[in-house]
Amino acid sequence: MAEKIGTIIRVNGPVVQIRCNEDIRILDMVEVGQFHLVGEVVRLKGDVAYVQVYEDTTSLKAQDPVYSDKIPLSLELGPGLIGNIFDGIQRPLEKIKAQEGDFISRGIHISALDKEKKWHFKPLRKIGEKIGPGDIIGEVQETTLVKHKILVPPYIPAGILFSVKEEGDYDIEQTMAEIESNGNIHSVRMYHRWPVRKNRPYNQKIDVNTPLITGQRVIDTLFPVAKGGCVAVPGGFGTGKTVVQHQLAKWSDADIVVFVGCGERGNEMTDVLANFTKLVDPRTGKLLLERTVFIANTSNMPVAAREASIYTGITIAEYFRDMGYQVALMADSTSRWAEALRELSGRMEEIPLEEGFPGYLPSRLAEFYERAGRVINLNGSTGSITVIASVSPQGGDFSEPVTSHTKRFIRCFWALDRDLAYSRHYPAISWIDSYSEYVDDIKLWWDAHTDGNWIGYRNEILDLLQKEQRLQQIVKLIGPDVLPNTQKIILETCLLFKNAFLQQSAFDEIDTFCSARKQFLMFKAIITFHRKAEELIKQGIDIDELRESDVYRGIVRMKSYSEETLSELEKFVDSMEQQMEKLLK
Amino acid sequence: MNMYNLRQYTVLDEIAGQLFVIRNIHNVGYNEIVEITEENGKIRTGITLEVGEGYAIVQVLGGTTGLALKNCRVRFKGEPLKFGVSQQMLGRIFDGLGNPLDGLPEPIAEEKMNVNGIAINPSARDYPENIIETGISTIDVMNTLIRGQKLPFFSGSGLPHDMIAAQIVRQARVEGEGFCIVFAGMGVKYDTARFFIRSFEETGVLDNVIMFLSLADSPSLTRLMTPRFALTAAEFLAFEKDMHVLVLLTDMSNYCEALRELSTMRGEIPARKGYPGYLYSDLASIYERAGRIKNKKGSITQIPILTMPNDDITHPIPDLTGYITEGQIVLDRELHSRGIYPPISVLPSLSRLMKDNIGSGKTREDHPSLASQLFASYARTRDIKAIASIIGEEEISSLDRLYLKFGEIFETKFVNQSYNERRTLNQSLELGWDIISNLPEEELIRISQQQIKQRYRHKK
Repeated sequence: MAEKIGTIIRVNGPVVQIRCNEDIRILDMVEVGQFHLVGEVVRLKGDVAYVQVYEDTTSLKAQDPVYSDKIPLSLELGPGLIGNIFDGIQRPLEKIKAQEGDFISRGIHISALDKEKKWHFKPLRKIGEKIGPGDIIGEVQETTLVKHKILVPPYIPAGILFSVKEEGDYDIEQTMAEIESNGNIHSVRMYHRWPVRKNRPYNQKIDVNTPLITGQRVIDTLFPVAKGGCVAVPGGFGTGKTVVQHQLAKWSDADIVVFVGCGERGNEMTDVLANFTKLVDPRTGKLLLERTVFIANTSNMPVAAREASIYTGITIAEYFRDMGYQVALMADSTSRWAEALRELSGRMEEIPLEEGFPGYLPSRLAEFYERAGRVINLNGSTGSITVIASVSPQGGDFSEPVTSHTKRFIRCFWALDRDLAYSRHYPAISWIDSYSEYVDDIKLWWDAHTDGNWIGYRNEILDLLQKEQRLQQIVKLIGPDVLPNTQKIILETCLLFKNAFLQQSAFDEIDTFCSARKQFLMFKAIITFHRKAEELIKQGIDIDELRESDVYRGIVRMKSYSEETLSELEKFVDSMEQQMEKLLK
Repeated sequence: MNMYNLRQYTVLDEIAGQLFVIRNIHNVGYNEIVEITEENGKIRTGITLEVGEGYAIVQVLGGTTGLALKNCRVRFKGEPLKFGVSQQMLGRIFDGLGNPLDGLPEPIAEEKMNVNGIAINPSARDYPENIIETGISTIDVMNTLIRGQKLPFFSGSGLPHDMIAAQIVRQARVEGEGFCIVFAGMGVKYDTARFFIRSFEETGVLDNVIMFLSLADSPSLTRLMTPRFALTAAEFLAFEKDMHVLVLLTDMSNYCEALRELSTMRGEIPARKGYPGYLYSDLASIYERAGRIKNKKGSITQIPILTMPNDDITHPIPDLTGYITEGQIVLDRELHSRGIYPPISVLPSLSRLMKDNIGSGKTREDHPSLASQLFASYARTRDIKAIASIIGEEEISSLDRLYLKFGEIFETKFVNQSYNERRTLNQSLELGWDIISNLPEEELIRISQQQIKQRYRHKK
C-alpha cells in the first residue's frame, strides 16, 4: 500500500495543495485524503506540491493525509483492452457498475484489466534466442478479430530468452517469459504498465502511403487521410461532428479503433456502445466491438480525468501500433480537453493568454498530434496511428485558439459547415474550406486500385466546384436565366455531384458505407456526364433535356447499388455515353 | 453523525459580497454546508468554497446582507449540501433552496440526497427511446422530442417561449404512466412564475408538479442552487419511484449570469465574455442529469429555456448549451412579428435523438424521409427568397415560384398552429404531405418513389 507523503494545506476545486515531507516528482500519482482519491502532481514549489485530482474533492480537509507509491500515472497494457470501456484514467466502467451501481462513486480502485481471466497463450520465440525491447514473444487470440501480441516491455534491455511458457491458458499476472541480460533475469508478463504521458518508443518514422478508407465519399474521394495522418474535424454544434466520428469508427479500414469520448454527452457514448455491440464490420463480418477500445469521460465526469483521457487513448493506440497494427484514434472532442487544461490552469493561478487558455496550449497540442504517424517499430514491424480529432470551436468561429493552433499540427481539415447542416446535407463537410495534404502521398494507391485517373477527376471536380461558387454569386445578383448553357451545365453538374455523390446518409443501410470501388464508379459517372453534357450542349441539346434523361435519373440512383451489385453499376457507367448520344436523335 | 465536526465559531474575519472568510478553524471539508445563525435566530446556509490550513472561504446562500463580523454563530456540519426528498413533494411549491413557499409544512423526507448529484456511469445509461408527442407539428415531425432527452429552447426576450413550454406540458401528458413535471424557475419574474402556476392549474396537472422558484430578486447563489435542488427531486422520482419526469428549467441565461457574477467576485480568470472557463463543465453538471438508466423504468427529460442575449446564437450561453444538449429548438423573431405561433425556426433547430426513434416500427415509415424533404425544400425556399428579393419575383423561374409558394404555406399552415391546438403525429405528417405536394413530384429527391406513389397528393 502507498505510504503517507504529506498533508493537504489547501483545497480549491480539483486542485489540491499538499505540504510534502518526502521527495516527490512531477507527474507522480498520489492518493488524496481519507477517500484515497486519485491525483497527479502537476507542480512543485518549495515543499508544496500541487495535485490535480481526478475525482470530486468534496469534503476533503486541510490536514488530511496524502499517500503515494511515487510512480507516475500508468496504464495497464495487455489482453482485455479490446471491447472494454474505460474512464479517463483507465478504470473499467462495466466493473465499476457491477461493484458500485449506476452512479460513479469516489475512491474506487479497480484494476483496469481482468487479472483472473485465462488467456490462451501461444509462444512464438524459442529459448536461447536473442530478444530485445518491443519484441513479440507470443500471442493471444483476444477476440476473433485481434491477435494480441505479447510484447517485451520497452524498458527491458536486450538479452537472451531464458525461459518461455508453453502454449496454454494463463492469467495475465503469471510470468510468461524470462530474459537474461548482463547477468540479470527480467520477467515478462502478458501485460505491463506504461506511464500515460510518455510516448512509447519506436525505431523510426516513415512516410505515409496508404489512404484510410472510411467508406465516406466526400472524405475518401475529395479529402482523403492517410494511415498515420492527422485530421481535424471542426464544426459548431449540430453540424454533425459526432456522426462523422461515429461513421469513421464504424467503417474505416483500421485494424484497431480507439474511441475517446472526451467531455461529450453521456447518451452519445451509450449510442456508440449499443451500436458497436450490434454492427458488423463489412470487411470481416465480425462485430465492430471486437476491434474497438472505448474511453469515456463524459462532460459531467471530473474535469481532470477529462484532461488525462486523451493521453490514455493515444497510449493505448501506441501499444497496438507496436504490435504492427494500423490504429485509428477518434478523439471527440479535443476542445473539451483544451478547456479542461484551461480550467486546471486557472485553478493553479497561471497567467492566461487568448480567451483564458494557458500559454502551453499549442505545445500540448503539438505533443499530442506528433504521437500519430506511421513508424517502424522496435520489433521491425510497421504500424501506424491515424488521429481523427474533432474540434468544437466556440460560436462556430474557426479563428478561436484551439482550432487555429490545431491547424498548425494537422495536414487534413474537414470543415463542417453550418449552412449545409441546416439544409440537412450530411456529411456537412464543406468542399470549399476543407483540404487534405495527403493527396499526393496516396495517389499511387488509387492508381493501383482503380482503372482510371482519380487525381485527374478530383482536380476536375474541385475546379468545377470553385467555378460554381463564383457563378452562384452572379446568380444571386441577376438570376440563373441569363447564364449561357455552358455555364448552366456547371451548376447542374455540381448540384448533381452534391446530391448524388457528396450527400451520404449515415442511417441508410446501403449508403452508410461506400467501398472505394463504388466511390470510383460513381465519381467516374459524374465526370463522364459532365464531359459528355458539355459536348452535347455545344450541339444544341438543352439543359432540361439532360435533366429529364434516364442517365440523369440513373446517376441520382447510384447510391442505392449494394456492394454485391457493383457490376451492374459498372455496366451503367460504361453505357452512359452511348445513352446520352441518343438525346441527339 | 460525526459530532465532533459540529463546531461552532462566533467571529468572522472578512465579508466581501456573498463570501466570508473565517480563520482559526480546523477540520472543515471542501464544498460542505455551513449554518450561520444570526442574533435574531434567523438561519442562513453557506457552502465552503475553499479550505486551507486554519481558514475557510464560505459562500452564503441567500446573500450576506445584514451579516456583521461579530453578530453571528457559524456551524460547520461536516457534510455536503443535501436535500430531503419525498413523493409528497408533488403539488408543492418551494424556493430555490427547497424551503416551502406555499405556507404548508415541510414534507417528511424519504431520503436525503446530495444536491450536486453524481455522474451516471456511461455504461449504466440506457439510450433514450419512445417519442414524446408534443402536439406541435414542427417539433413532432421535424425535431422529435425523445424521452430521456435534453432539448433546450433558444429564445429571445419577448418571444413566447413560456407559452410553448406550457403548451408542451399540457399536451405531452401521458395518461397513467407516472408522468410528472419538475419546474425550476431561476431569476424569473413573478409574472412568469404566476403564468406557469396558472397554466398548470388550468391543465389540471398542478398535483403532478413540483415547483422551485427563485425569483429575479433572489441572491445569485440561490439561483445557482435552484436547478440542482430541482434535479435532485427529479432523480429521486425518476430512478427511485419509476416516474417519467419532465424538467423545465427557465431561464438558463439567468443562471449563467449568476455564475459569472460569483466567478468575478472570486477573482477568477475569465474565458469568453467574462464567463468562467468552467461554464461548460458547470452546465454539463446540470444538463447531463437527464437520461435513462438500464433496468430502471423512469426517465428524466429536460427542456431548458434560455434567452439568447441580443438574439445571438454564438453567445457563450447558447453556444455551450448547444454543445451539451441533444439538439435545440430555435425561436425566430421574424416569424413572431409576422404573427406565426409557435415561431419555431426549423432550419437551425435540431433533435439529435430523432434519427433512431422515428420511422417504421416506431412512428411511421415515411416520417424520416418526409422530415428530411421538408428541411431540404424549405432551405431551398430561403435561398430563392434571397434571390427574389434582389431581382424581383417576376424574374425567377416558375419552379422557383412554386418553391416560394411552398415556403409561404409551410410557414402559415405547418409551423403556425394555435396555443390550444393539439395535432397528433399522424395529423402533422398528413399535413406535411399536403404541403410538400405543392412541389412537383420530381423535386422530392429524398423520398422514395414508392412512398411518393402512396402518399403524394396528385392534383385533380
